[in-house]
Amino acid sequence: MSASSLAPQNSLEVASIVRDAAARRQSIEIIGGGSKRALGRPLDAAITVDVSGLSGVTLYEPAELVVSARSGTPLQHVTDLLAQKGQMLPFEPADYRPLLASTGEPTIGGMVATNLSGPRRLHVGACRDAIIGCKFVNGRGEEIVSGGRVMKNVTGYDIGRAMAGAYGTLGVLTEITFKVLPRSHATLTLVYEGLSCDRAVALMSAAVASPFEVTAAAHIAEGNRARTCLRLEGFDASITYRAGRLIEDLAEYGQPQRLDAAPSKGLWREIGEARSIIEPADHVVWRLQMPPSRSAALVNSLRAMMDVSVLYDWAGGLVWLSHAPGDDVTAVRTAAKAGGGHATLIRAGEALRRRLSPFEPQAPAVEKLARGLKHAFDPAGILNPGRMYAGI
Amino acid sequence: MTQIAMPQPDPLILAKRERIIAGLKERVPAQWVITEEDERRPYETDALTAYRRLPLAVVLPGSTEEVAAILSFLSREGVKIIPRGAGTSLSGGALPQEDAVVVGVGRLNKVLDVDFTNRTARVQSGITNLAVTTHISPDGFFYAPDPSSQLACTIAGNIAMNSGGAHCLKYGVTTNNILGVRMVLLDGTIVDFGGETFDQPGYDWLSLVIGSEGQFGIVTEATLRILRACEGARPCLLGFDKVEDAGACVAAIIASGIIPVAIEYMDQTAIRICEDFAHAGYPLDVAAMLIVEVEGADAEIDVLLTHIEKVARENGARIVKVSKSEAESAAIWKGRKSAFGATGRIADYLCMDGTIPTGQLPYVLTRIGEIVAHHRLRVANVFHAGDGNLHPLILFNANDVDELERAEQAGNEILELCVEVGGCLTGEHGVGIEKRDLMEKQFTPVDLDQQIRVKLLFDPDWLLNPAKVFPLNLHPLPLGRAA
Repeated sequence: MSASSLAPQNSLEVASIVRDAAARRQSIEIIGGGSKRALGRPLDAAITVDVSGLSGVTLYEPAELVVSARSGTPLQHVTDLLAQKGQMLPFEPADYRPLLASTGEPTIGGMVATNLSGPRRLHVGACRDAIIGCKFVNGRGEEIVSGGRVMKNVTGYDIGRAMAGAYGTLGVLTEITFKVLPRSHATLTLVYEGLSCDRAVALMSAAVASPFEVTAAAHIAEGNRARTCLRLEGFDASITYRAGRLIEDLAEYGQPQRLDAAPSKGLWREIGEARSIIEPADHVVWRLQMPPSRSAALVNSLRAMMDVSVLYDWAGGLVWLSHAPGDDVTAVRTAAKAGGGHATLIRAGEALRRRLSPFEPQAPAVEKLARGLKHAFDPAGILNPGRMYAGI
Repeated sequence: MTQIAMPQPDPLILAKRERIIAGLKERVPAQWVITEEDERRPYETDALTAYRRLPLAVVLPGSTEEVAAILSFLSREGVKIIPRGAGTSLSGGALPQEDAVVVGVGRLNKVLDVDFTNRTARVQSGITNLAVTTHISPDGFFYAPDPSSQLACTIAGNIAMNSGGAHCLKYGVTTNNILGVRMVLLDGTIVDFGGETFDQPGYDWLSLVIGSEGQFGIVTEATLRILRACEGARPCLLGFDKVEDAGACVAAIIASGIIPVAIEYMDQTAIRICEDFAHAGYPLDVAAMLIVEVEGADAEIDVLLTHIEKVARENGARIVKVSKSEAESAAIWKGRKSAFGATGRIADYLCMDGTIPTGQLPYVLTRIGEIVAHHRLRVANVFHAGDGNLHPLILFNANDVDELERAEQAGNEILELCVEVGGCLTGEHGVGIEKRDLMEKQFTPVDLDQQIRVKLLFDPDWLLNPAKVFPLNLHPLPLGRAA
């Protein structure tokens, strides 16, 4: 349990806290809203630093497609603000509170630190792709600026983008700047029913390899009848045309239902949140990334060993998978790796997350570099130590 | 003499030249170790031709393993290494030094594997950018980043500089289109970062490697994201009597919810130079012109271009010319794509590469005009307007030493202006030697120290592409600030 909890109100205070902690070699757990605190390895830190006081949008220029927010800003606040101008964060960040049975307000900083992206990642890239600048406090307590507020910037190394997915082990994020996109005028989802996983992945691959710009492709394997969903976004005339061509080219997979904007929105929110696999609540949940064409074979091989629930997103490149806690947990990672992919343990009891690395173990040469990189940012090893991997 | 300083060669390294060459010949077939002066000459510069340094030797390895053997040997000997793709860097990124060995990846130019189902292509890094797209275009696919030099430049160089191009408004730059790399570290260790999946586990090494200007290692293979091309694409040409109107039009198009694949800006000087060369049918009597391109099927393109025409008229466009055929589209692009070449026919030029917030366009263009006039020079402005990446071409006569110095001074002032208005020194060409001494205008000492600490992880002795990116006074990290 944490010995003390601090709530800085600005980046200067963050820097001062980190400097003091570094001098005393006291470890720090960084939290925002705390909604994703159960991700990664359990942490026993001396100090908890709650950055939710670093809140607010500091820059928003709709005509330049750019928004900056302090790291503790509620994600909802940013998405609402963008929506008022018909814009959005491109990568469709999802709310993982239902999955993790957590509370608290998801923040911009937590979203970046975990680099978890939603369904539109297939088409427009991940959270890390949308980052064009960031400010953070490194483990020395120094405020560092990387990137800026312009779309194209190769001035110096891209260390800000590398903060995405680093789980707070390289620095305490204080402000992040994103490229945003206009929301589409219209949305249409084509839903194919009753396909096997193999057929569904083949359908999604064919759709994504078409010229018709599918912005999301998912297969919900659970439920009474499997549903394979393709989303089209744009303006009406364009969607009508693209949908027509897709249905024609993919006729061998059957006739899809059409969901217009409102039901589409709900459906893709549920897919982003992995709703179809979160029950029962005691089951272990994995997030596997695979070359899409190999994801169905991976699932089939696991089904031969245990009961699994699965949800395919990113046209099969992402597989959400859950199984009973008593099953062979090592089998999942072994199978993913054999198929050219990797596995992240997203939901599991604390004991399992201590025993089994939640993140894919790294090759020795890369692990050595990772220790070096940690040292380059956080020489005292005080920032979220061990949150990702033991020793970094 | 020009202004950018390079370190003096190390006499101890020069003295053991024969030993270094012999060592290289033990590790790659002798024919691929270039030692004669006339054969080294082509490697003495890149596209920043005002700077030249004859390297100690050039080696052209034929495999990742040979690269590993070379790096391990050279680093043990304490020899500086200049990685080189095709030598098209506009910032001096591939400029050699007299005591350094150039390691060229040009022989590593094969496509290893194309997977259309998973939309990936694994290539050796010395392949040219255009060769990748040429290889996959019969199947309707393309590789998105398209720098103007794409006919010659390599994927290795694109990775080093995080290159962009005309179409990154929609498709992003190199870092958004690479899934994995195989890289040789200085000690010869071969590492794989990323792979065939969307995201990679652990730290985002690709973010760090892409744009590291050859200072972390030598990338020998890359897994690229390839994309299916839209059914068609068509540009329109918009002419404005006022520069400000063209700037406002860019903002209005984007604010209206459309992201064209490209929005290119040319001022009157650039229009005239390009029209003279390409006979593209550009209007000669406008102050500024935009080329806006959209993609999709014919019906979609019609709707988009009608919308863009409306926005353009509302923003003061006097001329709106929508391409009606493949030939017209080709002519419109030919003019733009020949901008650098056509300018080179009439004068020498320095190509700047700052990026600015697009809202600052009118102010920055006015100031650029003033700066250049103050130095008694001319400028042609050609750039990617959608993302604010400026390419002012400062025209000068290279035979006139004073003009070159004035041109460099004007260039520096323009880049400082870009930083002042919230932008950056370089949007896609890289820092190289060209912008090295301006880095302290954009970054604080602690910012630069943090970047250098990452560099030292890969290259503690500053052997990889040294004297670039960071001001020389920061090499090595001052002892008091060392880790």
